[in-house]
Amino acid sequence: MSVIVQEPQTEQVDQLIFNDFNINVATANGSGSQTSNNMLIRSLYKMGIPVTGKNLFPSNIQGLPTWYNIRLSKDGYLARRERVEIMICMNGATVAEDMASVVPGGIILYDDTLPVADHRKDVKFYPMPVRELVKAANLPYNLQRYIANMVYVGVAAYLLEIEMDEIKDALAWNFGGKTKPIELNWSMVTAAYDWAKANLTNDQPYRVRRMTGFNEGTLLVDGNTASAMGAIFAGFTFAAWYPITPSTSIAEALADYAAKLRRDPETQKATYAIVQAEDELAAIGMVMGAGWAGARAMTATSGPGISLMSEFVGYGYFAEIPAVIWDVQRMGPSTGLPTRTSQGDLLAAHTLGHGDGRHPVLIPADPAECFEMAGTAFDLAERLQTPVFVLSDLDIGMNIWITKKFEYPEKPLDRGKVLSAEQLAKFKEEHNGQRWGRYLDVDGDGIPYRTLPGTDHPGAAYFTRGTGHTEYATYSERPHDWENNMLRLARKFETARTLVPAPVIDEVEGATIGIISMGSNHPAIVEARARLREQGIESSYLRVRALPINDAVRAFVEKYDKVYVVENNRDGQLYEILLVDLHEVGYKLVSVAKCDGLPLSARWITEQIAK
Amino acid sequence: MTATPTRTPAPRAPKLNLIGLEKSAYKGADSTLCNGCGHDSISSRIINAAWEMGLKQQNVVKFSGIGCSSKTPAYFLGMSHGFNSLHGRMPSVATGALVANHHLVGIGVSGDGDTASIGIGQFKHLVRRNVPMVYIVENNGVYGLTKGQFSATADQGQKLKYAGTNPYMPLDVCLEALAANATFVARSFAGDAKQLEALLKAAIAHKGLAVLDVISPCVTFNNHDESTKSYAFGKEHETPLHDLSFVPSFEQIEIDEYDDETEVQLHDGSWLVLKKLDEHYDPTDKHLAYRTLEDARKQQKLLTGIFYIEPETPNFLDILQMIETPLAHLGEAQTRPSRAALEKLMAEL
Repeated sequence: MSVIVQEPQTEQVDQLIFNDFNINVATANGSGSQTSNNMLIRSLYKMGIPVTGKNLFPSNIQGLPTWYNIRLSKDGYLARRERVEIMICMNGATVAEDMASVVPGGIILYDDTLPVADHRKDVKFYPMPVRELVKAANLPYNLQRYIANMVYVGVAAYLLEIEMDEIKDALAWNFGGKTKPIELNWSMVTAAYDWAKANLTNDQPYRVRRMTGFNEGTLLVDGNTASAMGAIFAGFTFAAWYPITPSTSIAEALADYAAKLRRDPETQKATYAIVQAEDELAAIGMVMGAGWAGARAMTATSGPGISLMSEFVGYGYFAEIPAVIWDVQRMGPSTGLPTRTSQGDLLAAHTLGHGDGRHPVLIPADPAECFEMAGTAFDLAERLQTPVFVLSDLDIGMNIWITKKFEYPEKPLDRGKVLSAEQLAKFKEEHNGQRWGRYLDVDGDGIPYRTLPGTDHPGAAYFTRGTGHTEYATYSERPHDWENNMLRLARKFETARTLVPAPVIDEVEGATIGIISMGSNHPAIVEARARLREQGIESSYLRVRALPINDAVRAFVEKYDKVYVVENNRDGQLYEILLVDLHEVGYKLVSVAKCDGLPLSARWITEQIAK
Repeated sequence: MTATPTRTPAPRAPKLNLIGLEKSAYKGADSTLCNGCGHDSISSRIINAAWEMGLKQQNVVKFSGIGCSSKTPAYFLGMSHGFNSLHGRMPSVATGALVANHHLVGIGVSGDGDTASIGIGQFKHLVRRNVPMVYIVENNGVYGLTKGQFSATADQGQKLKYAGTNPYMPLDVCLEALAANATFVARSFAGDAKQLEALLKAAIAHKGLAVLDVISPCVTFNNHDESTKSYAFGKEHETPLHDLSFVPSFEQIEIDEYDDETEVQLHDGSWLVLKKLDEHYDPTDKHLAYRTLEDARKQQKLLTGIFYIEPETPNFLDILQMIETPLAHLGEAQTRPSRAALEKLMAEL
């Protein structure tokens, strides 16, 4: 990246820059800055401006550095962007590096009690008298620290010309209409705004202005909330979980929404159960028990959780029990970076457990797909009678995204091949005299029929085990029985290939290269393709939405000389899977993989492909 | 020539239980355990208890972990669904299944390795939640399937042919259960058919989790006379706390109060009658239960009977406040909120 050398700016602002810059807010975590940052994003969103927020937070409760990156893009590019034009410095511990990170020509708003030793000449500085303004506001002592962050909202609103009415509405929304906190925060915002108006000369170029054409028909929401809502509308009946960043908010949102939406209208009793288990082993064990007994059962976890769940996932694969496992990926291996994003669990989730086995994996790219795939996952798990993973990640799960409105599910719930007592009684006559066997494939798709405990038929019972079994669920160590069963499971996996969500393909005429990616990389890929186009490189794009892949992926790779597989992990895990599945054309694949804990940027992807 | 009249005796009417079934209908597959295994006697007691209680097998679910004991659910109640899960993980599976269908009666069989070693964590949380089910620990102090290693319940000083002498103190399943706030804690001996059956019936009738620690000798690896888990030791040293009998709710018998008896009424209306043997024992006194168990442990005494019971404590399913229809049977109409509900939620975002 070339560095733009710029003369120190004069008082004169030659050209204003509207809705196209990056704001970085540096605070200490636990200081309540999240509310302030959300107020900024929400106001900008409501002004119609495409905006995205990336929270770079530590694995800590209070006091460590946190950055919140707010990108405005009039062209609708919502990936993380590295250049920072506007820096808001509220944390003394990082102020030196924060100030150094601003691009020449940028601006710095800072708490005037912070040590600002090295004044750069190529940026503009705006001090904020946070302490005096808080003192003057006469706030309750215990709230001062939190509400102090509203000072930068007010100053930024003045300098950038954010509509104050939108900030007020955002506060009202945030505090659920509660008058007291709304007024306390609002008075701080207006005090800061008024101070800035009276004391600062707005001689910097960055401005926002209301626009249309992008945010209509969208929502502003984080992926974990969307996932929980999706599960509610997908008819989940059971969830067991254990707290782990960054998946915890799925379970918490699920509990909140279920309490409101999933009560029997007459008795007010719950049509679901949510259990906080003692660990991830128990969480998945409960899901297995519930799924086996007929509930739509799910859990939500992250990398370390799926490591613990591997034993039961292998059991679920082999004993054929439906389960939905949300893995909101964070950086591994090991404890890794608990508050940083990654796509490093793809191979682990796909192959989890000892011995042979593969699991369907769904890969949502944004909150709207989290909502949709919550339902798809349950339908697939019950149809295929197997554990199904949904691989979200911290970037989708915990950051707020502009995403298209959720579509009400039109398809009825698919509860799979479950025999009632009546169906069991008629099974033989309806299947050419073939007696029902729990693991007997009568349809040729590898999927047998199951019965639920409690089925009122003397022949409904069977014994579920993780040991070798016959088609009639009796214990067997015979080589033929073992192999027969495993080959059927492989056949079932081929059926899965035809049922999982197909990739999304954008083919461009005249494209010379292909790009394959997945999940949260999507916004960065969209922007990288535009940048490549500016450099004369046209590309086609295939976004994998599930494993196993289907024939469309092969057809795509066959069309191009080079296909770049872009992902957020070190080893190129999607690349490795494609290399095995598409080995005849594997020489065309180029791995473009990076993992540093941050969402991929368009700049990096562009450089990797254009080099 | 006169024919001698022959008399063929009328076939004896098979004995039927409350729901019209013979006892043989409660059998499972043939056992593959060693001849004389204590676990097989326990399976027979389960068959008897279930038959006498008139349980409908289709409404029973059997759970187990891994080990010799965990194989046994295949050998009883053949018309019940069974879930032979993972080593030490039966509690979580049972929890999920019983929440998914709260009309089911859960019977879990575990061993001392499965419960007290690899599964101690899940066991204690199952107890803490008071998940309504029978939890039987077939306790022989030894790993059978892997051929003779010590388990966590092996007594200090216990000798095994290959493993040598156990230098560690044992975990006491009943004490562990009590410390985790169990609402039903009992110990029995596989060789004491009468007591075990009474306890099994009471456990089935109990509203919450019933922990039954049953000393069940391993005839192959731990049945030498000095072993505290052997038949010989049990026969000689078993000391019942009381003489137990169970009166099911469907038997309308007047329960008279006698000085030497303690009667405990269970939630379903049945009675557990404890006839005094040596000293009066109150099974609702938790301090007494702790002291009695600790004394027995110190003296390596095989004390059997019911140590503690809370008949009315809310169970896990009560706490969850679920709709009467089992979650497993809820359809789309009950589980998918309306289009308007989604619109409203989105408007609130």
